[in-house]
Formats: sequence, C-alpha cells, structure tokens
Amino acid sequence: MLQGGVVLLVSFLYIGLLFAIAYYGDKRADAGRSLISNPYIYALSLGVYCTAWTFYGSVGRAARTGIDFLPIYLGPTLMAALWWFVLRKMIRISKLNRITSIADFIASRYGKSSALAGLVTVIAVVGITPYISLQLKAISNSFEVIWHQSKIIGTAAPTIASDTAFYIALLLAAFAILFGTRHLDATEHHEGLVVAIAFESVVKLLTFLAVGIFVTYGLYDGVTDLSSRAFADPELTALFTARDAYTDWAWFTFLSMMAILFLPRQFHIAVVENVNEQHLNKAIWLFPLYLLAINLFVIPIALGGLLHFPNEAVDPDTFVLLLPMAEGQELLALLVFLGGLSAATSMVIVATIALTTMISNDLIMPVLLRWQWLELAKRDDLGGLILTIRRLSIIIILMLSYYYFRLIGNTQPLVSIGLVSFAAVAQFAPAILGGIYWKGGSRLGALVGLSLGFMVWGYTLPLPALAEANLLPASFITAGPFGITLLKPYQLFGLQGVNPISHAMLWSMMVNLGGYVIVSLLSQPRVLEHRQATLFVDVFELDSENGTAKFWRGSATIDSLRSLLSRFLDPKRVSDMFTDYAKARGFDWTKDIIADADLVDFVEKQLAGVIGAASARVMVSSVVKEESLSMEEVMDILDETSQVIAHSRELEQKSETLEAASVELRTANEQLKELDSMKDDFISTVTHELRTPLTSIRAFSEILSDNPDLEIEQRSQFSAIILKESERLTRLINQVLDLSKIESGQMEWIMSEVDLRAIISETVISTDRLFQDQNIELILDLPGQVPPVMADRDRIIQVLLNLISNAIKFCATENGQVEIWLQNYGDILQVDVIDNGTGIHPDDQEVIFEKFRQVGDTLTEKPQGTGLGLPICRHIIDHFNGKLWVESNPGSGSTFSFTLPIKNEV
Amino acid sequence: MEKQQRVRGQRLVAIFIVGCLLFNYPLLQLFSVNNIIGGIPVLYIYVFTAWLALIILMALIIERRDKK
Repeated sequence: MLQGGVVLLVSFLYIGLLFAIAYYGDKRADAGRSLISNPYIYALSLGVYCTAWTFYGSVGRAARTGIDFLPIYLGPTLMAALWWFVLRKMIRISKLNRITSIADFIASRYGKSSALAGLVTVIAVVGITPYISLQLKAISNSFEVIWHQSKIIGTAAPTIASDTAFYIALLLAAFAILFGTRHLDATEHHEGLVVAIAFESVVKLLTFLAVGIFVTYGLYDGVTDLSSRAFADPELTALFTARDAYTDWAWFTFLSMMAILFLPRQFHIAVVENVNEQHLNKAIWLFPLYLLAINLFVIPIALGGLLHFPNEAVDPDTFVLLLPMAEGQELLALLVFLGGLSAATSMVIVATIALTTMISNDLIMPVLLRWQWLELAKRDDLGGLILTIRRLSIIIILMLSYYYFRLIGNTQPLVSIGLVSFAAVAQFAPAILGGIYWKGGSRLGALVGLSLGFMVWGYTLPLPALAEANLLPASFITAGPFGITLLKPYQLFGLQGVNPISHAMLWSMMVNLGGYVIVSLLSQPRVLEHRQATLFVDVFELDSENGTAKFWRGSATIDSLRSLLSRFLDPKRVSDMFTDYAKARGFDWTKDIIADADLVDFVEKQLAGVIGAASARVMVSSVVKEESLSMEEVMDILDETSQVIAHSRELEQKSETLEAASVELRTANEQLKELDSMKDDFISTVTHELRTPLTSIRAFSEILSDNPDLEIEQRSQFSAIILKESERLTRLINQVLDLSKIESGQMEWIMSEVDLRAIISETVISTDRLFQDQNIELILDLPGQVPPVMADRDRIIQVLLNLISNAIKFCATENGQVEIWLQNYGDILQVDVIDNGTGIHPDDQEVIFEKFRQVGDTLTEKPQGTGLGLPICRHIIDHFNGKLWVESNPGSGSTFSFTLPIKNEV
Repeated sequence: MEKQQRVRGQRLVAIFIVGCLLFNYPLLQLFSVNNIIGGIPVLYIYVFTAWLALIILMALIIERRDKK
C-alpha cells in the first residue's frame, strides 16, 4: 500500500531531477560542451510525441477497439521516410530565416503577414490547450488511482486545493519559465530543456517496457498464453481483427502524419531546437523504432487487463497502473506512475513553451508594437518585456488547460481529446506543405484556407464535445442547431457512417485545401510574398549567401540598427554580433555610417529570432527609411524585368543578323570559290589561247628554217600565217592587259566630248576592206547630227571595231549583211550593230559577255576570237555609264546595241 | 555524393509508398482474420512485422556508407 505522501514526494523529487538535468544541460551548453549535439539525443527528444495518451490511452483504446490505436504511430513512421525531404527543408528554411515557431513559419512564408501569424497562433492555442489539459487529467487520474486505490475514476473530483494535478501544473509552469524563458536568444535554443525531454523519453519507454514485461511474463505465461486465453473469450477475439473501418484507419494515419510535423511541440523540438541538420538522418529510423518499442506491449497489457478485471467497471485507460497494483507490485506501480508523469510533463513543458513563443511573438508583440508604439519606443529594454509576456502566458496557458480539464472532466477518453488536437494542427498542412513546394500559394489563400478549415474543425469537433459535457444543449448534436438536421455537427450535410474525427477531417480539409488553392490562384501576390515564396521553395538551390536575398532597398544608419537590436538583446551580445559581422564582410564601422541592404537584412533576421518575422519587419521598417514596395521600386523591378526582356530581344535580333550575315558570307564564299575556279579557268584559257598561235608560229618558222629551198609560193604563204598568228597573239596579249587594267581600275581614260556619228563613219571606213573581202553588204543609218557624249574616243572605237568585226565574223556566209544604226533618244544615244547570221541562243546571250566564253563547241571548232572582246566592250561601256547588250533570235541574226548618255549642257 | 543523396531520398519515398500500401485497405483486410499463428493473432503478426521491416529498410538506406 503506497502512502500518498510517498507518491507526492517521489513525484516532486522526479520533477526536481528534471530541473537538475536541465540545469546541467544549460551549464554544459554555456561551457561550449553541448550535450545535445548528437543524433541520439535528438531522436529521443522527438519522443515528446508520446504523451500520457500513449502511456495510458493506447492501452485503453486497444482494450476498446483492438488494433485501432496503431495508425497514430504508423503515420509518423511513414512520415519519417519523407522527413528526408520535408522536414529537412523545413529545418533549412527555419535556420536561414531564424524561424522560431510554426506561426512564424507560415507568416514568414506568406510575406511576413501579421494576420496569418495571429491566426495560426489562435488555432494552435485553441487546438492544443485541450491536449495539455488531457495531460493534466492523466496526471490527476493516475494520482487518484495510485493514492486512493480507486478503480473508478471521476466519481468525486477533488477540490482544486486538494488536487495534485494543480500543484504539478504550477511546478511545470515554473520549469517552463526557468528553462524555456531563461533569456532571449535569436536562435531560441534551450539545450537544458532538450536534454530533460530526452531523459523523459527514456524514462517513459523503460517504465512502459517494464510493466509490459511484468504483465506478459509475470502475470501470464508469455504472449502465446495471453492470446490463447483471450482467443477463448468470444468478446475478446473481436479485438484480433480490424473493425471494418478502413476509412477511419486511413484518416488517423493521415492525421498522425500531419501531427508529427505540425504539432507545435514537434515543430519546436524537430525544427527549432535542431542544432545540426545531419541529426535528422539517424532520427529517420531511430524515432520509428522508438515508437515500435513503446507500442510492443500495448496489446498484451490491454488483454491482460481485460482478462484480469473481467466484469469490473474499470477504466481501461488505467490498466497500466492498476495491473501492478492489483498484484501488489508497489515499486513497479510507482515506476509506472513516474513513467506516466514523464510522458505528461514532457508534452506539457514543450507545448507550453512552443505556444508562448507564438503568443508573445505572433499575437501580443505585433499588437503592442502597433497600438502602443509611442510608449514602447521609450523603453530601452524591450527584451525584458518579451520575457515577461512569455512567462505570464506560460502561467495563463497552464491555468487555462487546468480549467478546461476541470470543465470537461471525465466525459471523454484520453485518445479522443488528443485526436481533436491532431485535427486542429492538421489544418496547417495545406499552408505549410503548399508553401514549401508551391510558389503560387498566396497569403490570401493561406488566410482563407486556414480560417475555413479552423471554423469547420471548431464546428464539428470541439463544439459537440462541449455539448457532450453538457455545456451546450444535447439537441445541438442530436437535432442540429435550431433543429436544422443538415447542420448536425457530427453529420454535416447528412454525411453519415464515419467516425466524428474522419467526418471533421473530410469537411475541414476540403474547405481548407479548396480555399487555399482557389484563392491562391485568383489572388495577386505582393512583391514580398514573391520573394519569400522563392526563399522557401528554392531553399536548397540558394547558397547561404543568396539565401538572404536583399529586399531592403532603403537606408538606415548603423547606429539606429544597433540600438534597435540592443532594445531586445543584451547590448554586449549585440556588440559581438556586429563585430563578427564586420569581420566577415570587411566593414569598417568607423567609416561606414549607412547600413547596406545586407546589414539591414542581417539585423532583421536576428530580430526575427527574438520576436518573430512579422514583428521584426515592423520594427526594422520603423528604423529603415524604406523605399521598397513604393510604386517607384516596383516600377524599378518591373523595369529590370523589361530590360532583361529587351536584352533577350536584342540578342534575338543579333542572332538573326548573324544568321543573315552568315548566309551572306556563305554566298560570298561560294562566289569566291566560283571566282577562284574562274580565275583558274582564265589562266588555263589564256595559256591555251597563247599557246595556240605560238605553236603555229613555231611550227611554220621551223618549216621555213629547216627547208631553205622551199618554194617561194609556199614560203610566202607560211610567212603570212606566221604574221597573222603573231598579230592574233599581240591582240590577245593587248586584250588581256586591257582587261586586267580595266578590272583593277588602272586603265587611263582620256575623256573628251565625242561625236559618235563621226566615230562610226571613221570606223566603217577603216573596216571597209573587211566587208569587201567577205563580200558583206553594209547598211549605215546615221542621223545628220547628234549631240556629243563624254567618252574616251579610242575606247569607243575599240568597242565599235569589236562589234563590227564580230558582226562580220558571224554574218551569214551568203548574202551577208550588216546594219549599223545610230539613234538619238533625247538623253541617250544608241548604236545598234545588226547582222543576219545564225543568231545566239537565248541561254548564251549573257554568257558571251563573260571572259573566254565563246559560243559554240570550243573543243572541236577553232575559236574565231579571243573570247575577251565582248567582256572588254562591256567594261568600257559600263565605265561611260552606258549599257551594252544583245538581242537575238536563233536563225535570224543578232543585234548588239550600246547606249551612251548625252552630255548635259551645263 | 550529390547523386548518392538523391538516390537515398528516392528510396525513402519508395519506402513511404510501400508503407502506405501495406498499412491500408485491402492488404489489412487480407490479414484481418480471426485466427492465431504461433499463439499470436495474424493481424498483429502482420502489422508488427511489416512495421519492423520498414524501419530496418530505412535504417539500411540511411546508414549505408557512401561509396567512395
């Protein structure tokens, strides 16, 4: 028989031990030899998930519905596999942005919104307070059981003055105040607290395993014995199968998955108190292992209890304690009691600290800073004010929880109250998960989603619970408010057949997620939201330097920033902070007076660690003459964007130009290649053309010199050939020289007024013999008088000679006829040289003006000219701004025409 | 190193998916039979074995040394 005094003494001693451990942890941290810088302490401290609900409630639920208690632990196991991505990202984001609570996290993501921070805080406080009171209830109940040996709980609640839970609550408040609000720190690490929580995790696991082993192997003959006995009882075998409620199972798994991430105490331990991201790796499998271990004996204890107290009205939530007591194992019972106490206290302590951080940073400070700005501005020591607020809110939360526990009493089992809290924090899921993976999520969307989800949650879970506790009329549940059956809180819109929790989750998640997504898609996010969204979603892509994208575009003096920080933090630490910063950035405080954007950002981050992102922004804005978010700045940002666009357009254009140029180049290259081959052709042609007459000359000269006794007749014939070929050679060389002179622009032009008519007459006279030799009729058609043209007389003669000799050459062999016309067209004179020869095929009419391109088969027929005459003529006429062309129909002769502009009388 | 980490993450996601399937309808229903094997109800054997297997797999994935 345990004496009440002993129990009381032991429990106070236990809490005293916690104080000592936490104190030691803090000392070690101050000395720089941290106890928590290892993954095992981190994984153990995550065990704060297992509360009195786990310790007492799981057995109770297992005794009622069998395996149904398990999804609450399977969910976190599954989520642990995703921690690798999700939790790691949350930790990284929080470290970079100095986030110290879940409200801060959400507010910071959506543009440091004070409204969101406040809303999240309210949801957390309303959702978690019952959960804290559940722990107090568990402590109170366990006291009653162990002290008064009563098997039936709640028949006569003790008065407050005689209720041990009340004093425990006060003690826990003291603990939270001492180790949770010892000083203000930008990192918000409480090493002593974490060590104490890890210790409590060990205590609750070991004591639960102890009672499990005792029941299974002490009271009964192992698991097999227990199961077979239970199997013999038809009522108990119902516990061996899953009730056909797989929807509830799935919802509970989902709920616990969300809870392990978003419960304020889990967030605090897993994210805020995390000192090293690497610790997470081990926790991924150690923490589920912890959960497995602590659940191993739940079923055996439940079965043992059911078998041991077969027909007694015993609350199964107390089996853990009652079984050893019934067997007279008082020491074990005392240990179990301590285990339950550790489970409850760890939750209460961390949850309270997490909530008070939110209340002070995200609810009270923003309001104070706005409403009483003038009064606050006068205070130098705002840090003290914050600590006071936190200490007061710790006491208030614990007293509220205690009050709630007295109010609700014993109407609900432990598990149900816990699940209601889980459902509350699950409302954070869309805003947080959406926030870290979807840049499109907006502040308005988060506000709408959270509000809707919270309202539906409140209507479908806590309100009917109040009715069950007779604080509201029972008709609220049975008939709906004002008798509207569609609005029955457990059967909203007629949805039936699911557990109240699943029912509430279904509706709240639908409106929450729906509201969040739809409003986000419809709303226009602000600039700051954009920036924060990028910081959160792309946190792994940003290096530590860019992780602090500069958003402050205003200016502030360094002094004002320093004094701002000093109002919240110890001035000496602020001074150290600035010195370190200066060292790292190469700043000279004596020279630089104006803080740059980096420094302002740095100060804001430090401040955010103390008072939350939203408040920090308000504070820093008060000091920084900020121009950001002004129309001008926005325009600047837009301008930058449009400049980028302009640049890209320019680039596009340039690449187009380049492409065009490269096409031109390619054509030029082709032309060059053609020219090159033409040059080769030209040289080989010239060589060929030169060799032909040379060969003749040489051959005939050799004949003449080898045969001195050649007949005179033959001799003169050969001499004539040699002469002719020499002339041809000279002509050819002259033409090649002419051509190269003209083409290289070295030709000397002797320009003078030229009378074309006179020139034509002269030329015809000089070629008269040719006509007679070939027996060709010449018809001249010249006007009496023509105005002069500006040209080189000799060159014009050259052209005429060329055209006339060509005409003679290609004239019809019989009845040959050449006509030469001169016409005055007012501003030009045109000369036509017309023959009646075979004509030129249209395909060849341009070819003949190219060098060495004679029409006809040059291989078989002896060339009749040099192939340079017409090209030279064209060059000459071109030089005088005239035109030279040919018109011809095969079979009916050709007309070569050229024009020359008439000299304008000035 | 980078690649190793990515593979590790993908394996953990696979564990998550497998776990979701294992602890859900219809697999649960298959094992929800009113019988005991070796003195332990079938459903409990199934759930706890699967649970432990998942944890062991997670530990193996996490603790495997990076190949040099």
